[in-house]
Amino acid sequence: MTSDRKITSDVAVRKNQYYDSVFLMSVASRMQVTPGVTDAAALMGTANNKQMLVEMGFDPGQVGEATPQDLVVALRGKKDAVRVILADLDSWLERKEGALFAASASSWDEARRRQPGSNIAVISVPGRYAARETHAALDASMNVFLFSDHVSVEDELAMKKKASQAGLIVMGPDCGTAIVAGVGIGFANAVRRGPVGVVASSGTGLQEFTTLIHRAGSGISHALGTGGRDLSDAIGGLSTQAALRALERDQGTQAIAVLSKPPGTRTLEALADALADCRKPVVVCLLGLTEAELPRGGFKVARTLDEAASLALQLTGGPLPAPVLPPAAISEVLSREVALVNEGQKYIRGLFAGGSLCYEAQQILRDLALTAHSNAPLPRMPRLADARASFEHTLVDMGADEFTEGRPHPMIDASQRSARIRAEGRDPQVAVLLLDVILGYGVPEDPAGDLVAAIRSARGEAERRGGHLAVVASVCGTDADPQGLEKQEGTLRDAGVILFPSNAQATLAARDLISRIDARRS
Amino acid sequence: MGAGLESLLRDGPVAINLGLRGFAESLESQGGQVVHVDWTPPPEIDAEVADILDKLL
Repeated sequence: MTSDRKITSDVAVRKNQYYDSVFLMSVASRMQVTPGVTDAAALMGTANNKQMLVEMGFDPGQVGEATPQDLVVALRGKKDAVRVILADLDSWLERKEGALFAASASSWDEARRRQPGSNIAVISVPGRYAARETHAALDASMNVFLFSDHVSVEDELAMKKKASQAGLIVMGPDCGTAIVAGVGIGFANAVRRGPVGVVASSGTGLQEFTTLIHRAGSGISHALGTGGRDLSDAIGGLSTQAALRALERDQGTQAIAVLSKPPGTRTLEALADALADCRKPVVVCLLGLTEAELPRGGFKVARTLDEAASLALQLTGGPLPAPVLPPAAISEVLSREVALVNEGQKYIRGLFAGGSLCYEAQQILRDLALTAHSNAPLPRMPRLADARASFEHTLVDMGADEFTEGRPHPMIDASQRSARIRAEGRDPQVAVLLLDVILGYGVPEDPAGDLVAAIRSARGEAERRGGHLAVVASVCGTDADPQGLEKQEGTLRDAGVILFPSNAQATLAARDLISRIDARRS
Repeated sequence: MGAGLESLLRDGPVAINLGLRGFAESLESQGGQVVHVDWTPPPEIDAEVADILDKLL
């Protein structure tokens, strides 16, 4: 009997058993790596999820009865492996409860009774329920950090109008990070308190900026996320304006940085007016806008997050970031790398966990006249025909929807990015791999360690072909993050990765490598 | 009137967490004040009726 004949599919439905998606993805990931298992999914029985399971080849009859309140576990693999897991499903679904965790309530009302001074709701329920819960929080005079995505523009506008009228803020939807009075919410880094306030519609942009400020020896008063659509003309920057006004009045904030992708045309004008009128010094970094499109007057404009951090440090009289390596030493390192690269190697492949970092890298390459393809392209940059297949110079946002529908974000789970790193290693035209590694609350214990096996494998492939793969990266994090910046950087260095203190500098180095390779060829 | 944005910035977050448990745990690990709600989706029919009621009221 061949092993194929032992392959089986089975589905278990648990009625009225709800788990959040992040937990279920971790359960599915553990099942997936069990010997004998070829496919594993653990999902709530929503219409989309059921459709996905059917597309994965599971029996519609078995899946169909589940409701969004029901857990569905679908497995394919060797009969014994599948049977053993399903027989012991309860233990797979046991949480490793956080030892610290004590306070928990069964409802809004109970939570508010237990903690009467509550001033913010942190909401990460599935998108279709997010608007209701947000309105409930606003009606109880609470600010909202809304992590949920798939919230309609109409719902976003309604909740932000309500917040605005009540002197509250809605950070989000799709807001990944904020720091309020030294406390990180969502995927934030551990940064010291200090004089720089931040308003950001880009999550990893906020993380990169705040870690750069911390690493220069200064600190953050508050960093308020607004959600990626806030500065679109449909929303009109309601949360950005609220955050700006609050930071303007905040005694601990001396200067304010505004970080965003390009705003809508009308909203950009209103934002420029508000920034010019602000009584505190302001730095604005609108990733993706060209020099000519940037607003001027009454505030500083930065092209990159790096530059925004330097300007904010200057405005607050803080120390300036020192380069980790002097330029001559960087040049020497890059020359050594280029000498090992062989004839056919000529392209950069950037694989990003941070969407804003992918955006920033594209802008830097565009400014330096290098065209890169992306699944999340800047204006006037070419879109990849297929996000899963690189073409010439390519920068991929691996946190984009096409990679995260039903799968964990690359900040949480390195498996998709590792697979892509290995794939790039098999492409003989790739010369430079450009990566970001993001630390902080909410991400795994060892994000660098999760990538190094793939990095070593990709480098090994290039060496077997008689070439060399240069791997350039930056770590977005601090010494105070749970993972420890130094330790994470050490892990990458041990794997031969050339590290830079910021994504912008890593991107410049990648561009420099390509220039040197091109010069050698001509 | 409870907490405006300015008092949130002044007092720091006193949070109610609805959804991902990890967010409550990381708030707590930083010394933040948080109560986690064991959220479950409302039954379908309730959600639909509630949406209609929301629109009417």
